[in-house]
This record gives sequence, structure tokens and C-alpha cells, in this order.
Amino acid sequence: MTTSNLITVKNLTKHFPLGGGLFAKPKDWVKAVNGVSFTVDKRESFGIVGESGCGKTTLGQMIVRLLEPTGGKIFFKESDITHLNRRLLRPFRQKLQIIFQDPYSSLDPRMTVASIVTEPLFAQGKPSKGQSRQVAASLLKKVGLRPEDLNKYPHEFSGGQRQRIGIARALCVRPELIVADEPVSALDVSIQAQVINLLEDLKEDFDLSYVFISHDISVVEHICDRVAVMYLGAIVEIAPTVELISNRRHPYSAALLEAIPQPDPHRRIRPLAMEGDVPNPIAPPPGCPFHPRCLHVFDRCRSDEPALTDITDGHAVACWLNDGQGIRPSESVKGGVS
Amino acid sequence: MEIEDLCVDFDTPEGIARAVDEVSFHIDTGETLGLVGESGCGKSVTSLSILGLIPTPPGRVSSGRIRFENRDLLSLDKETLRKTRGRDISMIFQEPMTSLNPVLTIGRQVAEPLMVHQNLPKSQAWEKACEWLENVKIPAAKKRLNDYPHQLSGGMRQRVMIAMALVCCPKLVIADEPTTALDVTIQAQILSLMLALKEKLGMSVLLITHDLGVIAQTAGRVMVMYAGQIVEQGPVATLFDRPFHPYTQGLLHSMPQLGSRGKGQIKRLAEITGMVPPLTEAIRGCKFAPRCPHVFDTCRENRPEILPIADGHRARCWLKEYPQKRG
Repeated sequence: MTTSNLITVKNLTKHFPLGGGLFAKPKDWVKAVNGVSFTVDKRESFGIVGESGCGKTTLGQMIVRLLEPTGGKIFFKESDITHLNRRLLRPFRQKLQIIFQDPYSSLDPRMTVASIVTEPLFAQGKPSKGQSRQVAASLLKKVGLRPEDLNKYPHEFSGGQRQRIGIARALCVRPELIVADEPVSALDVSIQAQVINLLEDLKEDFDLSYVFISHDISVVEHICDRVAVMYLGAIVEIAPTVELISNRRHPYSAALLEAIPQPDPHRRIRPLAMEGDVPNPIAPPPGCPFHPRCLHVFDRCRSDEPALTDITDGHAVACWLNDGQGIRPSESVKGGVS
Repeated sequence: MEIEDLCVDFDTPEGIARAVDEVSFHIDTGETLGLVGESGCGKSVTSLSILGLIPTPPGRVSSGRIRFENRDLLSLDKETLRKTRGRDISMIFQEPMTSLNPVLTIGRQVAEPLMVHQNLPKSQAWEKACEWLENVKIPAAKKRLNDYPHQLSGGMRQRVMIAMALVCCPKLVIADEPTTALDVTIQAQILSLMLALKEKLGMSVLLITHDLGVIAQTAGRVMVMYAGQIVEQGPVATLFDRPFHPYTQGLLHSMPQLGSRGKGQIKRLAEITGMVPPLTEAIRGCKFAPRCPHVFDTCRENRPEILPIADGHRARCWLKEYPQKRG
């Protein structure tokens, strides 16, 4: 492990029990995250894309230890933080912060902006009141709000402004890594651009790394240096952003890219070369989890699950097509190659 | 369908909010008209007023005409309007979970419009409902007829909504954010399904969305709404290639473009500074003036009219009269 790795995630899993009770055994397990490994370097923006239910939020919450992993390891720099207790975790909490998706439900409606923004400080120690107000005022300025806003309550702000408050709260303890879980998806396009620009500026100012979780590949491409594509709890492709966009090797990544309606009326989408819904994560299909929806499926996909394998430096794919077997679609799955 | 000078007001504790302000447009037979704008710009209210679904009070249509096949929908009595709704004009809503009835089977919900509007006996209506579930590509449609909405995924529910809206072969379908709640791959499936059915039935579609991508991919003509007004309208290619109104330009530039990182073109996204003004505020001049990068005195004082720019392309902006002010 080199020292530039800020976060190292190894074979991380999270299984949620289904049914059962106080004494009864769970009937089944939802394998929300199922063996995910990656690293995030210092000053890197790492993107995680996938559709709802693919486990991207669960993964993000495990990284900041809001959820207890079922298996696997999380390292912050060289320290294993996977199972640290609350007391031992405290210094790391300061380094790892999170921004939530919904700017309406992630702020306590009965707290003033000043107390929301500085609450992390109080968790870390006891700053004086004057000191914390000063910190809060300077943070608000950093995120584009006015110091006069300190005594207001969340309901007095619009969605974009609330997201700024959430960002200020995350910055309060000078973190090194921020997990941003769909920070702009609840916002209108023009406001979305403001918040994306803010996040990029703050990255420079505060020397931050991001784990940026989103369902929107265009936004991820704009912000992130590297991207992982998740499907049904596992990473199916991971690559530098440019490489993923230009040379995607997993049929699911290709479908995800094809499916985004581009704001260009001269390039209209052909009918998407993918059928069906995301399968039930309680009973994932055998073999490759994507095979029931994949156009290039062949026998091996139905029985064996492909592992994430390096194809070039930094570009790994979990697909049997890259094993020299099956029919490699020409360039991508545009149209309907069968 | 033709709408003229439609104004819709809502009574709020802060005063009267004009949600729709002098909106005029028409929809031709067989065309897909896109209506795009950010939250709160009045696009949903416009569509609800067409169907007479504005909750009154607090809302009311204070002026304007909505003409559909030479009848003024606003002057129809409740009964005639009810007969039009669902038969000639129908609606696809955004949230498929809350707009389907959770205690009725989907077969019943799809068959209901047929029994109400076409007086079909139950057995025939169910048969036709089954046919429509197949049309919207629900697998094993026959078995699914007796399912309840909670047994279906979001995408499947939206397909049921589409079947319900189209089962009487309406002349106009209003689709209000039909794919916003769905994942991108499901969205692509639903959009291509809707377009295919539209071609097949030759109906008109009013597609309401905040997503410029969806508009670019589906619409023939586009209208852009801001703070209750239509600020620009035109053929889709013109509007995306040569947007005139600073708001439309701002919207288009604030979207991240896929593929720009590979070309080394990652730059800051253009921002539209500030926020949408509250609808209760009386604004003398142009409603976009406080956020406009090209604003000059006339904009703050006088309300711009919507004026023709080119064939079929119109914009509500003083820059049309004073092009030299575009800095």
C-alpha cells in the first residue's frame, strides 16, 4: 500500500437481514454490497455510478462508517478503521465527512444554520461560542451564503442553498475526504451547475478528495478522475473517466452511457439495446448478475460469475467477453448487435 | 388544441401568486410538443388547467381560453369535461406509485376508462386491457391483470400508467415528467415505448419535463417556461442550436456535456446566478432581468412581449429589439 492512498476498501460487503425477529433467524439476506474493492488517492475525485438499488449509497455510508460493514476492510491511510468503536473512530470522523442527497431531510428543521454548521465541532470538542460563530460565518462565506444567514432556519432556504449548508457542515472539521451522495440530483439544472462549481472550487481550496456517488454519468464525468460502475452490489467496471467513456468494456456500462438522453436533437437515441429491470437483489441470478439483461450473453455467463479483471493499467472489467470468449461487440453495443 | 393568454392564480398567505402568466400556444395533430422549465415555473399548472384539474380554491383560471377542437374547455360543464377527460385528452403523471390506486388491480384500473367512456361490458374491457398491457410490453400480461400496483417495479407501474392513458386512444396525451422517477435505462425504454405508440396511434403529445436531454430526444417543438411565462419557443433543432433567450442559453450551458473530458474540454459549468423570483412578487419588467447577464434599463422597466425571431421561433426578450445590448 502506497502512502498516496487515502482510502483503501478491500472486499467490502454489507448484507441486510430480511424477516426474522428478536430471536428468530433472518429468513434471507439482501446483499446490498457484495465484495467491493477500490482505492481513492489523495486529491482524487472517485466516482461511483449505478442505478437505484445497486448499493452505491450503502457503500458510501460504510466508508464514513455510518453503516457497519458485514465483511471486508476499510483503511484510512494505513489505519484499519473497519471495526473501530466510537471513541477510537472519533479522530477519523473528522477526516471523513458526508454530504447527503436530500437537502430537505438532512438538515434538522429546529436548528439554526449556525448550530447545524458547527455541530461537528462540538462532537470533536468544546469550542467557545464566539469561536464557533466565527467559524460558521467564514464557512458560509466559503459556500456562497451570507453571514447574516447564521440565525435562520433551514426552511428559509431554497434547495440549492440548503445543499450549500450541508456542504458547509461537512467542511467544518477540515476533512480530507468527502463522500458526496447524489449531492445535486435533487436540484434544478441551473442550481446543479452552481453546486458542482462550488464543489470543484472547494476541492482546490481545502485540498479535498471526493467519493462522488451519482446515477448521472454526465455529472460524474465532469467531476471525477476515475469511475466505478456498480451493478447489483458489485463493481462491474472501473477505469479512468476518459477511458470509461471512450473505451467501455462492460455491456452494462455501455447501456448506461447509451441511455442518457443527450441534449442534442441531431443525435437521437436508438432504441436501447437492453431489456428488462434490475433483478431482485435478494435472489440475484446465478452466474453474471447482468446476464438476464445482457445482449451478448452466452453459456458461461449463465453459470459462472466473472471476476473483476485488469485489462489495461487501471482499467478492470467483470465480464466474460474480455476473456477472449463469446462475441465481442464491435466497439460498443450501439443499436442492437446480437 | 389552442391556448390563449392563459393566466392561473393561486391564493397564498403571501398574496396572490400568478403561477401561469399569459401563456399562449397550440398543439398540432400528431406532434410532440415539449414544455421545459425548472421546478415552480408553472409547467404542471399549465397542464392541469387544460384538464380542469386546478384545485379551486385556492387556485383559479383567471383569464384566457383553452380551445380543443373548437370547444372552449373552460366553459364546459363538469359532466362534458369529465367525458372529454380520459377519452379525448388523457394524462400520464410523474409518480407512478401515488397516481395508481393501491387497492385496485391493474386490470381494473386499465379497464375502467373503457367501461366509463366506451360503455364496454366488463369482459370486453378486460380483454382490451390485457391487449394494452401487452402493447406496453408488460411480460405475461394476462397473469399481471390481477396484480396490485405494489407488486410491480417503478418502470412497470409507469407502463401501466401509459396503458391507462392510451387505452381509449385519446387525441392528446399530456405527459407530466413521465420518466423523472425512473432510472436512466428504464427511462430510455419508456421513452422509446411512448414514441412508438404515439406514431402508431397518431396522437399529439404534450411532454412536460425539466430534462433538456429528454426534450432533445423526443420533441418536435419546444417551449421554455420561466416564472410562469413562456420565454422562448421554436423547433427543437433551432432552439438547441441557436437559443435566443439568455435563460435558454444559460440552461443549455449549465449542463455537463458527456464526452468533454476526453476532448480535454472540462471547464467550469456556466451558472445562472441567483434564484427564481417568488411568484407573489409583482415584477414590472422582464422576470428574468435580475439573473440576466445582458440586462439593461429597458428590461427592468418594461415587460417584453414574445416576438418572432425566425420562422416558428419566438422569444420574450428585449434583445430582439436591441440586439446591440448583447455583450
